[in-house]
Amino acid sequence: MSLNKIFRNTLLVFFASILLSACAVKTTGKMQGDVYTGKDTVEYLASGVPDRVFFATNETVLTTASRETLRKQASWLRKNSKINVVLEGHADERGTREYNLALGERRANAAKDYLMTYGISGNRISVISYGKERPVDSGSNPLAWSKNRRSVTVKAN
Amino acid sequence: MKKVIFLIYVSLFIFNWGKAWSLIEVDITRGNLNPLPLAVSPLSVDQNSKEKFKDSLKLDDIGAEISKVVENNLRQSGLFNPLDPKAFLQKPDIAHVKPRFEDWALIKAQALITGEVKIVDEKLRVEFRLWDILAGKEIMALAFTTVSENWRRVGHIITDKVYQRLTGEKGYFDTRIIYVAEEGLKTSRIKKLAIMDQDGFNTKYLTLGNELVLTPRFNPTNQMVTYLSYFKNLPRVYLLDIETGIQEVVGDFPGMTFAPRFSPNGKKIIMSFAKDGNSDIYTMDLESREVEKITNHPSIDTSPSYSPDGKFICFNSDRSGYQQIYVMRSDGSKVKRISFGNGLYGTPVWSPRGDLIAFTKLHKGKFYIGVMRTDGTGERLLTENYYQEAPSWSPNGRVLIFYRETKSDSSGKGFSAKLWSIDLTGYNERMVKTETDASDPSWSSLLTD
Repeated sequence: MSLNKIFRNTLLVFFASILLSACAVKTTGKMQGDVYTGKDTVEYLASGVPDRVFFATNETVLTTASRETLRKQASWLRKNSKINVVLEGHADERGTREYNLALGERRANAAKDYLMTYGISGNRISVISYGKERPVDSGSNPLAWSKNRRSVTVKAN
Repeated sequence: MKKVIFLIYVSLFIFNWGKAWSLIEVDITRGNLNPLPLAVSPLSVDQNSKEKFKDSLKLDDIGAEISKVVENNLRQSGLFNPLDPKAFLQKPDIAHVKPRFEDWALIKAQALITGEVKIVDEKLRVEFRLWDILAGKEIMALAFTTVSENWRRVGHIITDKVYQRLTGEKGYFDTRIIYVAEEGLKTSRIKKLAIMDQDGFNTKYLTLGNELVLTPRFNPTNQMVTYLSYFKNLPRVYLLDIETGIQEVVGDFPGMTFAPRFSPNGKKIIMSFAKDGNSDIYTMDLESREVEKITNHPSIDTSPSYSPDGKFICFNSDRSGYQQIYVMRSDGSKVKRISFGNGLYGTPVWSPRGDLIAFTKLHKGKFYIGVMRTDGTGERLLTENYYQEAPSWSPNGRVLIFYRETKSDSSGKGFSAKLWSIDLTGYNERMVKTETDASDPSWSSLLTD
């Protein structure tokens, strides 16, 4: 990973914290700001290791909760060094198809970069974007969209 | 798909091409609230030919069927009001030779289309005439021959000629739409490439639905299609030869390629390539296989579309922080943002006339299809809805086709995806008939020019 990218990620995390502290007041049930915080769709790679992280609208920044999830995934991956993963990036339905493909790719890579900073080799991680093509929740409402803006870590072998 | 034979010897029977002093003229630059009343007389067919068509095409009256194609095209255009054939007083065969103008004026027709179909050397020969009722004279006559199976296309070609004669601009009826046919649950949608005539007939499916396919686009000769396929779960841009059915991956990219389109001369494909969280625009020359990187920016650069002269590219980028539309020279130099209104802008696509860029706009939770000049001025929003995107131009640059999705509840109920079209004027919005749900339409050029 280039220095440039580390710098970018640090910046992103920094801005995310600012954003989140600004939004912290507005917590509505299963969302903080418009990032999903519930457990409805979450599956587990192992006990206590959630498989997915969620994003704000049009954003690729990892939230505090997302980083915690990814650290758990990283430590699970370190313990299970034979397992490779695919990170599947997704967007909600409220964007143009082509841009959402790029956005999903960027989200999955944000998760990949974080796993790599926690010592997981890039060779063990592949990335695929589904854009808005594979929602988990069919609803056309803000809560459904928040569940669909996600990067899901899936065992590849 | 079997090769479509364009066996059209256009033997021009031009008796009276008195364009300059015709009385009827249709203005297509404004929304047309008073479509021109005209009569499409059923084409006459002699008894012998009628029997032969009946045997080969299973059509009772091919003359009436072709007229219905013309009538429907003209009505859909929003510029014409085809009158009910039940009101016609004159028989088709006599009308074609010498219409009694008073009879047609009586039912308020301002123009009349007559014609004759017959079998000549196993082929379908059609001759048609366009009459100006008020001036009391013929203003166009044309005959051509084709294979019988192409009978619907005969109707489209007649419509194109009439449209061109009365509006002064080329038509868009003898064309096809390639799109993505959709079915199944929203969470696991099955998508296939499909192709159909512009009026929704003759649908053919080009893929089986085993893998996700998106964003098909024609090459300038309408024989090739470029699209995104998730074959083997590797999202890549593909090239499909419609005649042979042969598919191939475009280039050898170590990551997702998407948002493909052909260059105006058909020699290159322009697309996005995503790597390490960054999408840039690339071209690949289909002959030399040479790959060129056109944009180089840490933002998302996607949805590229060439100007018709090939000198410029408009594209979508979030380098300003949000999705906006940019224009650059085709070598990637002189990048300039052109969208500055409120909201997000995506899917820019250059008009075939060169003067406008159509786009999708997202503002305050609504989606709009709009157009702006190529320098970003003169933004005009044509239609607002819950969700719609991805406009594609008719070959004459007068109509846009796009897709629209409806809201659904959490079980997915209420969801639909349909194709719609709208005139550049913002009038004449219509749903385009498809066999299944549909998205990502792309309009072909004229099949016969």
